Amino acid sequence: MRERKKTHKTPWKIEIRKHWPLYLLCLPSLAFVLIFSYGPMAGLVMAFQDYKPWLGMTGSRWIGLENFERIFQYDEATQAIINTLIIAVIKIVVGIIVPIIMAILLNEIRLSGLKKSIQTLVYLPHFLSWVTIAGIMIDILGLDGGINRIITGWFGSEPIFFLGDPNLFRPTVIVSDLWKNFGFGMIVYLATIAGIDPSFYEASEIDGANRWQQIRHVTLPSMLPMIIVIATLSLGGILDAGFDQIFNLYNPLVYSTGDIIDTYVYRSSLLNGQYGFGTAVGLFKSGISLILIVISYRIAYKFANYKIF
Amino acid sequence: MYHKSQGYRIFSVFNHILLIVVALSCFLPLLHLLAQSFSSKAAVNGGLVSFWPVEFNTDAYVKTFNNRNFMGSMWISIMRTVLGTLIGMFVITTAGYALSKDFRGRNALMWIFVFTMLFSGGLIPSYILISELGLKDTIWALVLPGAFGAYNLILIMNFFKTIPKALEEAAFIDGASFFVIFTWIYLPLSLPGLATIGLFIMVGHWNSWFDGLLYMSTTEKYPLASFLQTVVVQNSAQNVALSPSEAAALSEQSIKAAQIFISTVPIIAVYPFLQKYFVKGIVLGAVKE
Repeated sequence: MRERKKTHKTPWKIEIRKHWPLYLLCLPSLAFVLIFSYGPMAGLVMAFQDYKPWLGMTGSRWIGLENFERIFQYDEATQAIINTLIIAVIKIVVGIIVPIIMAILLNEIRLSGLKKSIQTLVYLPHFLSWVTIAGIMIDILGLDGGINRIITGWFGSEPIFFLGDPNLFRPTVIVSDLWKNFGFGMIVYLATIAGIDPSFYEASEIDGANRWQQIRHVTLPSMLPMIIVIATLSLGGILDAGFDQIFNLYNPLVYSTGDIIDTYVYRSSLLNGQYGFGTAVGLFKSGISLILIVISYRIAYKFANYKIF
Repeated sequence: MYHKSQGYRIFSVFNHILLIVVALSCFLPLLHLLAQSFSSKAAVNGGLVSFWPVEFNTDAYVKTFNNRNFMGSMWISIMRTVLGTLIGMFVITTAGYALSKDFRGRNALMWIFVFTMLFSGGLIPSYILISELGLKDTIWALVLPGAFGAYNLILIMNFFKTIPKALEEAAFIDGASFFVIFTWIYLPLSLPGLATIGLFIMVGHWNSWFDGLLYMSTTEKYPLASFLQTVVVQNSAQNVALSPSEAAALSEQSIKAAQIFISTVPIIAVYPFLQKYFVKGIVLGAVKE
């Protein structure tokens, strides 16, 4: 790659005369990105300031790393980091395993009409917003909601407070996230399975392999590169527990187990006015995520030859 | 043959049942919502409604369509979705075409774009930027910040790359410019790709709720998703500590159900088209040879 570039380097003058329309076509995107993506990055200096809105970024006092030190002094902040890690890690693990299993199971369904209908239904929740889903969940998981009616009516036990019990909040969040996204996660695996050379299966059948052995020795190994890519790339999301979901489902009763970095940033900064501190917490999160993403892309490139572009 | 064995047959029966139950679970909550929205208030609050309306009536819809805040929010959502999709498509397809070519500085530009996927300034700096630019309380605060999306850029760029080079070379010989080739060869040949990112952008805008909460100071300026967030979620979250009967008295679930359902109608309406394209799109975005 590097050598090729050196030999082909044309002088800028000629390059621009020849390709000026291409540069021009990149300009709108470039303008948007510089303003709305890189602009806020310049604002990250607030993380090192005692930012006051009326003083602005130029007038506010510089306080070095004080905001970052406070992250580990506040119990609420450390708890949010712990909650984030727990929720995100479990979400990532089940979010990888379940779609793989479901894709293999779906592939065992021969009636193509049924298979297509199932696919159509399971992809749908991915496109609904968390506001919609939270609206439904708050209704059916409420103390007198549909699920609790079944629990109290059929089993005669006490109603379960899914969204108000700190012990149940994390499982509720993890299961509902899985419900929303497992279908979408299946897509790449189904495509991979569809691309497996049928002669592999024929050969294994001649060798006397049963269906289970075929899945173990043909299907899974063929899916492995894709699984490695998906698994490594999800490493970058280890501090991302899902703001949209948590924000719409949590309440003060479950802050102890359900408050995550992003919701904490929202409350501490926009609601309580600690702008510098909120920015520092956000930078802490995105900084670590960036490092993890770079590492994961390198791993994915090394082991599965994956490139972002 | 393997699928003749008894073990496999038993597995197959359970497998079918499992997958059908799972698939239904993805759809029944919406049906429940629809049934509630067409049922009487008493039937809903009494928990009599499951998947079919009880004491069928359309009161909830009449009330919702007469709710000025709701209709205003819907109009804002429609505007932001139309504007946002048009601007987003323009920005992304132009850059996507250019970056599907080889020219000096292309990789550097690509990194500038992709880096936005890996790192961001975060909530507060974005909020302050939008305030400083004077975009708060305008529709542009909902349209402009998310107009560019690196993921969609990569998707459409990969799509453009699949178009045979020979077409472009032939057009060059006939004296066509890059712009002519882009508009008259690349765009018409990339309709599935354009549909994929167009639908992604549309759904994203329609569902987007947090930016409305963040950048609009009064609820009259909220898009529909933000409006619903305050009506359906925030009220319930505040009421979560109330007893069930108190909460039931405060909320009219049939109206909430109607509001939520109306807001999902556009998604359900584009879903068949969406499904036709996104599977291909996802695979193209994820698997690159």
